[in-house]
Parts: sequence; C-alpha cells; structure tokens
Amino acid sequence: MAGGAFAESGADLELVGIRKTFPGFTAIEELDLLIPAGSFFALLGPSGCGKTTTLRLVAGLEDPTAGRILIGGQDVTAVKPHKRPVNTVFQSYALFPHMTVIENVAFGLRRRKVADAVAKAHEALRLVELDHVASRRPSQLSGGQQQRVALARAIVNRPALLLLDEPLGALDLKLRRQMQIELKSIQAEVGLTFLHVTHDQEEAMTMADTVAVMNHGRIEQLGSPQELYELPRTGFVASFLGQSNLFPAEVVSTAGGLITARTAGGVVAMPHERAVVDRGAITVGVRPEKLRLLSEEPPRDGLENVLGPGRIVDVSFAGASTQYILQIAGLGEVTVFEQNMVFGSVFTTGSEVWVAWRREHTFGLDAAARVEAAEAAAAADPEGQAA
Amino acid sequence: MAISALVPAGTQVAREPERRRGGLIALALLVPGLAYLALFFLVPFVSLLITSFGINDTATYGGYYYAFYWQNYVDVIAQYWPQFVRSFWYALLATVFALLISYPIAYFIGVTIREHKMLRNLLLVLVIAPFFISFLLRTLAWKQILSDEGPVVGVLQAVGLMGAQDHITGTGFAVVFGLTYNFIPFMTLPIFASLDRLDKRLIEAGNDLYASHASTFWKVTFPLSLPGVISGTLLTFIPAAGDYVNASQSFLGGPGTAMIGNVIQSKFLITVNYPQAAALSILLMAVIVVIVAFYVRRSGTDDLL
Repeated sequence: MAGGAFAESGADLELVGIRKTFPGFTAIEELDLLIPAGSFFALLGPSGCGKTTTLRLVAGLEDPTAGRILIGGQDVTAVKPHKRPVNTVFQSYALFPHMTVIENVAFGLRRRKVADAVAKAHEALRLVELDHVASRRPSQLSGGQQQRVALARAIVNRPALLLLDEPLGALDLKLRRQMQIELKSIQAEVGLTFLHVTHDQEEAMTMADTVAVMNHGRIEQLGSPQELYELPRTGFVASFLGQSNLFPAEVVSTAGGLITARTAGGVVAMPHERAVVDRGAITVGVRPEKLRLLSEEPPRDGLENVLGPGRIVDVSFAGASTQYILQIAGLGEVTVFEQNMVFGSVFTTGSEVWVAWRREHTFGLDAAARVEAAEAAAAADPEGQAA
Repeated sequence: MAISALVPAGTQVAREPERRRGGLIALALLVPGLAYLALFFLVPFVSLLITSFGINDTATYGGYYYAFYWQNYVDVIAQYWPQFVRSFWYALLATVFALLISYPIAYFIGVTIREHKMLRNLLLVLVIAPFFISFLLRTLAWKQILSDEGPVVGVLQAVGLMGAQDHITGTGFAVVFGLTYNFIPFMTLPIFASLDRLDKRLIEAGNDLYASHASTFWKVTFPLSLPGVISGTLLTFIPAAGDYVNASQSFLGGPGTAMIGNVIQSKFLITVNYPQAAALSILLMAVIVVIVAFYVRRSGTDDLL
C-alpha cells in the first residue's frame, strides 16, 4: 500500500504561460514548456536568466505571477511544496546538519509514513555507494559525498519529477565528470523525469536528452544537444553553446533551396531551411571545427563555401586540436579548430590561408545575432571574463 | 655513539624552553581571571560554607560562632521548603512564558525579516531598549500599572472580570508576570542568535521533502535553534529562581508570594541570622546546579554547542 506513494515512472511536466516578477525585476518573461516523462531535461543559461526561478516554481518554493504548472497532467500551481510529487537536489545540498546521513535520507519517507523507511534509505545510499557513512553527520563528509547524499535523499522518494539545481557546481572538475556519468546512469536506472538546471554548457550537453537554452527569462531554443549545436537559431545559442564564427551578410538570391548571401570576404550559400531569415540582412554562421584551412585558393565546386584570403594571427596548440585565429579583410577574426592529424602545427602565424566548409554546415541567423553572441560569449565564461 | 646519543637530547633541550615560555604566557594571561575567581568567588563561597555551619548567637546583633552545626540545613528546609518550592515553580512558569513569548519574536526578527536589515536592527534595539532603564524602576512602573488604582485593575473591575476586593499586585500572578517580563530579553537574544544563523534553504529542503510547515519547524528549525533555547532558558531560570525583587512586597509580591531570595535577603539584612542565611544560599546554589546539570545533560547540549 505504501508503495503506491511512489511514482511508478516519471511524469510529464508542463508549464503554461508562466510569468514571474519580483519587486524591481522580471525573472521569467513568458515560459511554455513541455518536458516528457522519463526524459533528462536541462535548462541551460547564464546566471540571472531565470532558470533557477523556473525550478523553484516547479518545486513550489515560489509562486508564479501568472500561468499554470502541471505535473503528470495535474494542475499543481496552488499545491504546497510538501504535497507536490517533486524532490529537489539543492545547489548547496541543504543537508540537515543535526541529523545523520541515514536520517537525512529517510526524512522524506518518514514524513510520508512509508513503511521500512530506514531499509529504503539504506538502499538509496547503496545506489550512491555511501552506505558505509550512514551513521555520520553531513559535516563529516566531503563535498562529493554530501552531493551524493543529497541525491539519495531526493531519489529515495521516487518523485515523479526530480529537480537538480546546479548540483555539481561546487565539485572539482574530475569529480564533476564522474558525478555526471553517475547521475545519468541513475536516471536511466530509476526512470524518473529529471529537470537539471545548469550554466555549464558541457554538462548540459553530455547529460541531457533535451536542452532548453534560457536567456533573459525566455527560452531561446529547445532541442537535443546535437540539434542545438549543429543548428543554433539565435546568436545567443550559437555562442553560449560552443563557439561560432558569425559574419554579417546580405541575401542576394534564394533559388533551388539555397540562400546565397554576400559577405565582405566572398559569397556563401546555405540550405534554405538552415536560415531563420531569407531576405535582407542576415548573419552567416559556422562552427570553428567545420572549417578547413587551405594554403591555396580552392576551386569553387558548388559544394563548399570559401572565404579568403586571410592571414593567421594566432596559433594555439590544445592537444587534440589546434586553434587558429585568422584575420580576413572586412570580416574580422575567424576561429578554426583543426584536428592534429600530423605532428606539429601545419600553419604558422603570418601564413596566407583560405577557409572552406560544406554548405550544409552553414546556418543563417538574423541580423542582430552578432550582438547577442557577444553577450553570450561573455556570460558563458565568467571566469575567463574575470581573468 | 656519543654524538648520536647527544643529538636528540640536544634538540629536546632546545625545544623545551620554547614550550615552557608558551606555557608561561598562557599562565600569565590566566592569572588575572584566576585571581578574580579566587578572590570574589572561591573565598566568599568558602566563607559562606563555613558560616552556614555556624551557630547563631542570639545575644549579639548578627553574631555567630564557628561550629559544625549541620542542623542549620535541617532547620531551614523544615521551615522554608514552601518558599523553595515556590521559587522553582515561579521560575519555571516565568521560563516557559518567556520562551513562548520570545521564540516568535526571535523567529520573526531572525528568520522572517532577515533580509530587511533596517527593520531587523530596529526590532533588535527594541528588544534591548528596556536595559537602558534600571530594572528596579521598570518593575516599580509595573507595580503602578497593575496597582489597585491603576488602569488595568480599573478596566477589569469595570467589565466585571475582577471583583472590588481583588488585586493583581501582591499575587503570584503579578510575580510571575514581573519575572517573565524582566527576563524576556535574556530569552530572546540567544534564540535570535541561533535562528539568525539558520540556513533558510534547510526549511525549503524540509518543505520539499514532504514536511508541512509545522512538521519542518519541529523537525528542522526547532532542533537547530536548541542551543539558543537552552542558553535562553538557563539565563532566565537561574536568575529567576534566586530573584528577590519581583516577589518582594515593595514591588509586585505580597505576603504569600515570598521566594527563597526574599527569605535569604531578610535573614541576611533584617533578622541577621547569618548561619541560616548562608545555609539557604548554599542550598539554593546546590539545587540550581543539580537541576541545570540534569537539564543540560538531558537536552544533549554538548552535541549542539
């Protein structure tokens, strides 16, 4: 009977017309979102984009100014947090310092008067491989252990929806990678719906099935990590998720499913469906690893876009790849990642080069994309900005 | 051989004076405190203990001679046990009432309005403000307010809740009221200090883990504020049990409300029976020490503090 309190599987989460304002600022402008049951969904964005507020709204720790929240089809907008089938892994873990690890994990079960609370709590601790510290206090554990206890404390309740608020933020890189893999396998094992909030684009891409990129209280784009990466629809996404080369251009023709646009460095073409605008000013984008560097101007074969000539201004070796920065007159800086297939750099600073890439790797954004991209690049790397 | 045998000894010799110097500094820093304790606590305590076994000399004013007359203790217990019981009963009531009043105040200041720094500081000043006026004056003021001619009695008599012959001052109620009032800041401040440090995210975590607000309070908030509650109750109970102002007939008390403090005061200053006064003082101290030791042990404070 008590087992009935557990969710058999994850539940859909639906946000309808959500808006949240605080005195003085708007955290969420307008949000509609459907997260299918059993998925690992990431809300990705810079700090202050409204992602944590969204999570707190779902948990019931904040009330939306407008809109409805549905979990498994049921409207929970007015339901108190302790009655929602939702558990949160807090950024700070928020473990109860006056209780032992096992008491922390059993807390939710005891509140719901679940039978064998302690046995189930031990089971959850075994899942995160921490059963041996069950009788310790949280303060006696390392950061990574505390994080796993926080995870066990949430998943032991088998919530229909598990909310993760930057749960790996406080861990060092190595532990973070390890926990990412563990979280993913636990999600697969328990089959719950995970809603993960993070500002780390790599974390979002490696862990989630679906990523929503948020900025200024809105969702910029939603899709699988591959979709978002290969076909960004806004300048913000193009630069927040990985890097992009963006060139201002003017559409000159649309024919045969191709959009042709003129940039200061030459004419480029892209499939029509890969562009968000098809007339007037357009921003042409391409990912740095899609570019090939050539020492001679290649023949135009109708399959590739070619820009050049340019001059290499910087070469930095990064192990698996080398990053080249070149200047093309009228276009500014272009970044190229080349796989290190041969020993040592192929091109040196000052070399004259052309860049070429396949047309279907090109994407077209609106004219304002470059401004958004600059903002995203600054937001994506706060450490780099501070340095 | 000779050298290797000497070297460790040599290093030890070098280290020893350093350690000794550190010890000397610590000792030098402790001396004023130890001297103070010896002079103003240990000596009077021993003197009191000796006096408590003395025999009262009724022939001279305040005279007594040294003896081992332990019957003093039997006499005072036999004669004054009602005042003892009343003292601890009143102190207990005052502690409970002060806790019930102070906890919400401390919670409001320390948790509810934590982010509103101005309001928070203003309310903290209001909690402390009574200290700027002598507590004798404040207690006298209450005597006036609660007196038979005062507004409270007037109103209660007018609405028929009090008869014409009833009083507030001079009753146990007035004494407990005075004790509660006087010790509220001592209860509020330590609880506030505990609650001010409470991580609000723990409350959210409680709510998130299916605990209602009430359940979160009892399972999370209250246990985490226990150090403050224990300090506050001790700071209230101990002085309240020995208080002789509120229960005094010059203040809020009456003939039937005397606490043990009042008895000790009159033994020392009015009937000048020093041995009995000393015996009562020692007894009061002993009972408080036992109660506090038991209380601190039961509440498991060593773990929390």
